[in-house]
Amino acid sequence: MMLKRSLFKRPKIALENGGEDFSSFLQECPGCGKEITQGELFENLHVCPHCGRHFRLSARQRLAILADEGSFIELDAELGESDPLSFPGYAEKLQNARRASGEGEAVLTGTAMVLGQKTALFLMEGGFMMGSMGSLVGEKLARLFEHATEERLPVVGFTISGGARMQEGILSLMQMAKVSGAVKLHSESGLLYLAVLTDPTTGGVTASFAMEGDITLAEPGALIAFAGPRVIEQTTHKKLPEGFQRAEFLLKNGFIDAICERKAQRETIAALLAYHEGAREGENDHASL
Amino acid sequence: MRAYERLQAARAKGRPGALACISSLFTDFYELHGDRLFGEDAAVVGGLARLGGRAVTVIGIEKGATTDEKLLRNFGSAHPEGYRKALRLMKQAEKFRRPVVTLVDTSGAYCGIGAEERGQGSAIAQNLMEMMRLSVPVIAIVLGEGGSGGALALAVADEVWLLENAVYSVISAEGAASILYKDASKAEKAAEDLKITAQDLLSLGVIDRIVSEQGGDFALCFAGLQAALAERLSALCALPPEALLAARYAKFRMLGRPER
Ligand SMILES: [Zn+2]
Repeated sequence: MMLKRSLFKRPKIALENGGEDFSSFLQECPGCGKEITQGELFENLHVCPHCGRHFRLSARQRLAILADEGSFIELDAELGESDPLSFPGYAEKLQNARRASGEGEAVLTGTAMVLGQKTALFLMEGGFMMGSMGSLVGEKLARLFEHATEERLPVVGFTISGGARMQEGILSLMQMAKVSGAVKLHSESGLLYLAVLTDPTTGGVTASFAMEGDITLAEPGALIAFAGPRVIEQTTHKKLPEGFQRAEFLLKNGFIDAICERKAQRETIAALLAYHEGAREGENDHASL
Repeated sequence: MRAYERLQAARAKGRPGALACISSLFTDFYELHGDRLFGEDAAVVGGLARLGGRAVTVIGIEKGATTDEKLLRNFGSAHPEGYRKALRLMKQAEKFRRPVVTLVDTSGAYCGIGAEERGQGSAIAQNLMEMMRLSVPVIAIVLGEGGSGGALALAVADEVWLLENAVYSVISAEGAASILYKDASKAEKAAEDLKITAQDLLSLGVIDRIVSEQGGDFALCFAGLQAALAERLSALCALPPEALLAARYAKFRMLGRPER
């Protein structure tokens, strides 16, 4: 299968910034130091055309790259607000995060078609408090996996997260168990969960649903860690090996199945879904909670 | 007592850890070692034991009482092998229809190069998934510190109990202070704000029971704990596995529901 140019949906959000055309603006790639225009960057799915460095994307930008146009049906767009500990300053932080990201929470969930194949989908939003795991993130994910189990759909999920939402304290931690339970029931129903780990995926997300996929892909160069490099350095007082905790390091150590470049993701995911089409018709005799 | 004082009590020298608790609560403890994949992690102790007439699998995180033991046990911070050993023993318990008791006392999973290389995140994640559907009763007891994912990896259970002065938190008070308040000296405030005490956690629905420490008389405390454990294990063992699993799922599923 050849990739068609039309598959590369231009992420609209950035281009529509105030109606101005930023496409000729130059930016220096932190990977190779070469200059790239904004236009080139958008054309190339926010991957440096010179060194292949994958820049971070918003949830909606990923959706535009991955899903068939107009196929996305969002679930649980508005679940209200959660500040279970009435933590000082948190309500304001949430407001700011909503304004900054344009999203209600740090994950977007729904169903969509990927090259004609239906799947449940979650995309974490790194622009919302670093994709941290609050109660509503856990709730949206648990509902998505439960919905996928009921509808006999696979789940494709993109992770990006700084880890726990500290302002929700222990309830943030509990989301790891809650979501893992929903993943497990989906799994027992014989359905596919395909996780795609993007830069950075750390902490409680790595120690739960990021590492619970049947198939786990990662973007090149993505930092994937339980404890981040700074914490490790502080704890061990050792210099970290080159490439430590990058996607390539995890592949070598046996913790991911493959590294998948952004431009190949849509077709790769569609192909992997196709191997599991039979699973959708399979009998469901476990997940009857 | 304020949260920070309880935190100090939970970390205090001389407070009984998992091994002391095992020898008080159970008879005939026989330790089983190794994860069968890479190695043996002494931060996690596990094996067979009896509670009254009932055979159980007991698994604890042990910080070590003396300096030598602390080094041996890595101060109670487990590597992936510790969590994988725990899962191996839990699966064994399921095979032989034994209930599982876990004893948690850890400041957190170890943050080191080897731990990352060997998949600390993956090891914890597997435990969360598998424990949710382990078809025998599981009771988790936090004895001292319940530190984040490293504690949760042994605490996806039908019932979660805390000793009166134990704490359970997503991050250490010191860590929260330096990250949230940019001031490590504000640990006392962070401990309060994070709601880490047994009473707070009971109100939040995160734990099911507070075990009295009997004013620091741990012999008396463990006698009470032993009786409560025997009673609850009997009740849980009488449930059909489907009912047990449905209740366990529902217990975690209701945590952090939207407010409206
Ligand atoms: Zn570059």
